Amino acid sequence: MTEPLLVVEGLEVEFATDRGWVQVLDGVSFTVDRGETVGLVGESGSGKTVTSLTVLGLLPPESARITAGSIRLDGRELVGLPRRKMEALRGDELSMIFQEPMTSLDPAFRVGDQIAEVVRRHRGGSKRAAWARAVEVLSTVGIPHAERRARSYPHEFSGGMRQRVMIAMALSCEPKLVIADEPTTALDVTIQAQVLDLLRAMRDEFGTAVVFVTHDLGVVADICDRAVVMYAGQVVERAGVDALYEHPRHPYTEALLSAMPQLTARSGRLATIPGSTPPAGAMPAGCRFHPRCGHVVDACRDTAVAEHPLAEGGTSRCLRVSELALKGSA
Amino acid sequence: MLRYTVRRVLMMVPLLFLVSLGVFALVLMIPGDPAITIAGENATEAQIDATRERLGLNDPVLVQYAAWAGNALTGDLGSSLFSNESVTGAIAGRFPVTLALTLAAMLIALLIAVPAGVVAALRRGRWQDRGATLFASVGISLPNFWVGILLIMAFALAFPIFPAVGYTPISEGVGAWARGLVLPGITLGTAVAAEITRQLRGSLTDTLQQDFIRTARANGLSGRAVVLKHGMKNAAVPVVTVIGFQVGFLLGGSVIVERVFGLPGLGDLAIRAVLQRDIPMIQGIVVVAALIVMLVNLVVDLSYGWLNPKVRQA
Repeated sequence: MTEPLLVVEGLEVEFATDRGWVQVLDGVSFTVDRGETVGLVGESGSGKTVTSLTVLGLLPPESARITAGSIRLDGRELVGLPRRKMEALRGDELSMIFQEPMTSLDPAFRVGDQIAEVVRRHRGGSKRAAWARAVEVLSTVGIPHAERRARSYPHEFSGGMRQRVMIAMALSCEPKLVIADEPTTALDVTIQAQVLDLLRAMRDEFGTAVVFVTHDLGVVADICDRAVVMYAGQVVERAGVDALYEHPRHPYTEALLSAMPQLTARSGRLATIPGSTPPAGAMPAGCRFHPRCGHVVDACRDTAVAEHPLAEGGTSRCLRVSELALKGSA
Repeated sequence: MLRYTVRRVLMMVPLLFLVSLGVFALVLMIPGDPAITIAGENATEAQIDATRERLGLNDPVLVQYAAWAGNALTGDLGSSLFSNESVTGAIAGRFPVTLALTLAAMLIALLIAVPAGVVAALRRGRWQDRGATLFASVGISLPNFWVGILLIMAFALAFPIFPAVGYTPISEGVGAWARGLVLPGITLGTAVAAEITRQLRGSLTDTLQQDFIRTARANGLSGRAVVLKHGMKNAAVPVVTVIGFQVGFLLGGSVIVERVFGLPGLGDLAIRAVLQRDIPMIQGIVVVAALIVMLVNLVVDLSYGWLNPKVRQA
């Protein structure tokens, strides 16, 4: 059996703070198969963005460090890889799309030049060939008149079009893995749908595996095969998307599902999860979710909980996983 | 970009007009009767009247201005009240010295400031950064005549590597010309280097935290390409602005530095003209200095258009 494309195992990351090094990721493990789309889900502060930046090796070395764990891409260990080798992989074998299309492109250069720069960095070749490739990918991601638009500057594009440019740049060297960090959050709803369609089409065309980082379970249902739910720096549940929606196996997943706005329930208040994510360095003892959990029992308060493998595949980090019947979304 | 350039150049016309008004008003603002000043202390009433007539001081102010501005437009800035030398000729003779000094100071400033600013921004909070910040504070505070005297004592007297005073025209050898500019260039450039270092450090630090820098890194661009290409181009606008301001400072500073190093430049000419109340000479120097500052600002503004494509539309 060959190993999945991306294997993250027992990843632990610490950040430098005024109070010394504080752990922000605790034993994060998940896998992504070739061509698969995996949702990395959680609230702000759950560690999903830190996880993706760690995979790309983009954490600032002076204020963040990996203390344990392994990240393997296509069998190659990325943790501890020298900076130059990591640079050579980024944009070529794995790439990232960011949340803010308005600020994520360099305002001082034409978009075609920015894409061509990435192409030349990894593929070499002439400037002309790189430019031709830039025009080609811009056209692939649905930029009309790509030949002419490649000569435009970022401020001459709308938000949705800029996100297409970002996607074109990330896909210009046909990476095996793209991490998309809330790529639709800053966009209008109609544009969101277009960008999701585009990502799906790109995945099918290039066979790119996608890690989709989001807090929006609706988007996960729309585009992902499997989901990894994170809370307070830990993975709390891993499951196929259908199973996750029908039978969540962790109370946090259940709470996230119930907090999704429903069209059918137009009256009344939106459901929320009481409390907020604990800050790094001040994690509650026992299960990290217990102060906010509706199913809490005494044992939850003092026993740290391991990930329990589930019979149907996936894992849950809940002590009571075998006794709770949690509510999915209808 | 072409339209932006044309528009920007046309904007200089009204500005030039205002400058010429201001310069002309210098004559009117000087207390007392210029004719008395010019004719000399022991002149008779008749001599003063003759002088007044010769200078056109009896004409209405507007006529005087029109005559002066018309001549100035053709490059005739009048002649010195004392030597009868043409003002344009005197300035043209002195200008290469000041230009060379200004360029030398700016070159030295950039040679110091660009590496120092980049290193400080990349090593924020570490000793390299503290060193650059310290240099910036000290460099801005040091009076340049004092720096100049120290440099002369060290590198012209104790270790005679460079000439202490004087100017060698470039026609008499590029080497000697350049050697004569080293100490005055350092003297004048230190404060400028300090100011540019400070600005570049701040601007580059901000820029390197921008999202597009992360994008560039996420796509595998090397650290150097990210900093030198994407970082510097975006950090440049405030830095170029400061460099533009500093040219004005250099013109002012050269007045003192030219004295310290005995360079026959515009600053030296200006001091003499002011002490002698040589009004046409003062007017000429002010016009030329204003013109230089305006041209530098033009270049700075045009560089904005290149550095920041959004500006071109405005």
